[in-house]
Amino acid sequence: MSNASRNALVRRGTAASVAVLVVFLAAWQWGPGLLGIPSFIVPPLSMVAEEAVRMMHVNNVLLHTGVTAGEVIVGFVIGSLLGAGIGYALGMSPTAEFALSPYILALQIAPKVAFAPLFILWMGFTVYPKILVAILIVFFPVMVNVLTALRTVDPDLINLARAFKASRAQIFWKIEFPASMPPLFAGLRIGSTLAVVGVVVGELVGGNMGLGYLLSFGEGQANTPMVFVTILLLTLVGGIAYLLVILLEMRVLHYLPKRALGGL
Amino acid sequence: MSDVIRLEYRDITMRFAQGTGKMLTAISGVSFAVRDGEVVSLIGPSGCGKSTLLNIGSGLSAPSEGQAFVDGERVEGPNAHVAFMLQKDLLLPWRTIAENVMFGVEIQRLPLAERKRRAQTLLESLGLAEFSGHYPHQLSGGMRQRVALARTLAVDPSVLLLDEPFSAVDAQTRMVLQRELAQTLKRAGKTALLITHDLLEAVTLSDRVLVMSKRPGHIIDEIKIELPGRDNPIARRREPKVAEYVARLMDRLDIGGTPLEAGATA
Ligand SMILES: Nc1ncnc2c1ncn2[C@@H]1O[C@H](COP(=O)(O)OP(=O)(O)O)[C@@H](O)[C@H]1O
Ligand SMILES: [Mg+2]
Repeated sequence: MSNASRNALVRRGTAASVAVLVVFLAAWQWGPGLLGIPSFIVPPLSMVAEEAVRMMHVNNVLLHTGVTAGEVIVGFVIGSLLGAGIGYALGMSPTAEFALSPYILALQIAPKVAFAPLFILWMGFTVYPKILVAILIVFFPVMVNVLTALRTVDPDLINLARAFKASRAQIFWKIEFPASMPPLFAGLRIGSTLAVVGVVVGELVGGNMGLGYLLSFGEGQANTPMVFVTILLLTLVGGIAYLLVILLEMRVLHYLPKRALGGL
Repeated sequence: MSDVIRLEYRDITMRFAQGTGKMLTAISGVSFAVRDGEVVSLIGPSGCGKSTLLNIGSGLSAPSEGQAFVDGERVEGPNAHVAFMLQKDLLLPWRTIAENVMFGVEIQRLPLAERKRRAQTLLESLGLAEFSGHYPHQLSGGMRQRVALARTLAVDPSVLLLDEPFSAVDAQTRMVLQRELAQTLKRAGKTALLITHDLLEAVTLSDRVLVMSKRPGHIIDEIKIELPGRDNPIARRREPKVAEYVARLMDRLDIGGTPLEAGATA
């Protein structure tokens, strides 16, 4: 795509995005009233905004957000490191991969969030069960992507290195590892959003901290605006995690052709 | 060109196990030698085992029977005497052009200064100096193939194994690349085995052309190319005798009909 046509696309796309946002916010504000939907079902935008301000003062919402964000980050980092590490280890050892693949598949199919109550039984109403759910849920997409990446490296590239008498370690560090970066980052992107899911489910199940707790608290009070505010904050936490992954990815994969902004 | 033998295949047979449990004989009883500084082309129908011979020569696979020798030493695995180049450029997208050229010498742990010197020299001689900091996706197919050639030459092999190196580039670029390859081989006095399905390429670039039969592949003809100017394939194309050679190759390959014009390529 030429620069000019790309710029035109960006301009038109941005304008359309802003228009969609305005229409959405307007529909949120006035739609429920016009359609006769009561505010305890869908509170209008202004009511949600007021609730957000009230929650800042009364419910210590920043603390809850911070706790959730902390659990997301710790769970995501540990889950990614474990997923990538085990992915590389299995990729290097076809025997181990063959031996373990049925169990990996079983764990992959099991719904990870279902472990939340179990972890709370084990570790009580602390942050640890939430982090553990996040680790478990982030682990798989990262591991599977790394494993697939290693399996699909062009064998001719490996042969090229072998023909130059590369050692096994050189083949790994000079070919397999860098070649696995794009799929690894695709896995990290998925992982960053899943980490939020894992943490929230953990918080919903037990404890009195975090946005997941605020969700169930708001529900208990039949405070629909509070639930809305919490959902928005969770989206924000997930969005920031995703953005951090993208920023890292842009540094690491700088050699790839510039992707369309839509690829973000 | 001297009489020293750089590359030799001695009675090579290669069998592969097939999915069905049966064995497939890809090549049987292939023997030939390439002398120092000589450029030999290998042509034959696809699937007749040309790439297999290249893999055996580079030590990537061992023959079922027979032996290959490079520089008088029996090939028992990858070795520093040979380097190969394929139809695919196999450039690493995360390395710059200069870093790609240095790939082989880096694996062989040459000192950094020496690696850089070699990459610089090769990129200059192939007209790529200004692209040394670029990434592969920023280059055209022809330029990428030239980088692959530089990477092959950087390890200073005594034998180059080239497997249809230009079959993926357009006709004009191919002619330019052929001339560059011919000049480089001549200048450096390198020995090369060139696999190609382009009969005109075989005739204009080589001292000798070997023809293989269909599977199980063996050598069915050997044609000495007695034309001047092996380092200038574009001028060679105009030689009247080229048409005769191409016609003979077409005959040997059973490419249908009466031999026609010299411009015919496989
Ligand atoms: N690693 C392999 N395993 C099984 N069969 C192979 C292998 N490599 C090549 N072959 C078979 O050997 C024959 C010759 O292959 P190849 O040397 O690639 O032919 P060419 O390069 O002349 O087209 C083909 O039938 C191919 O399918
Ligand atoms: Mg082939």
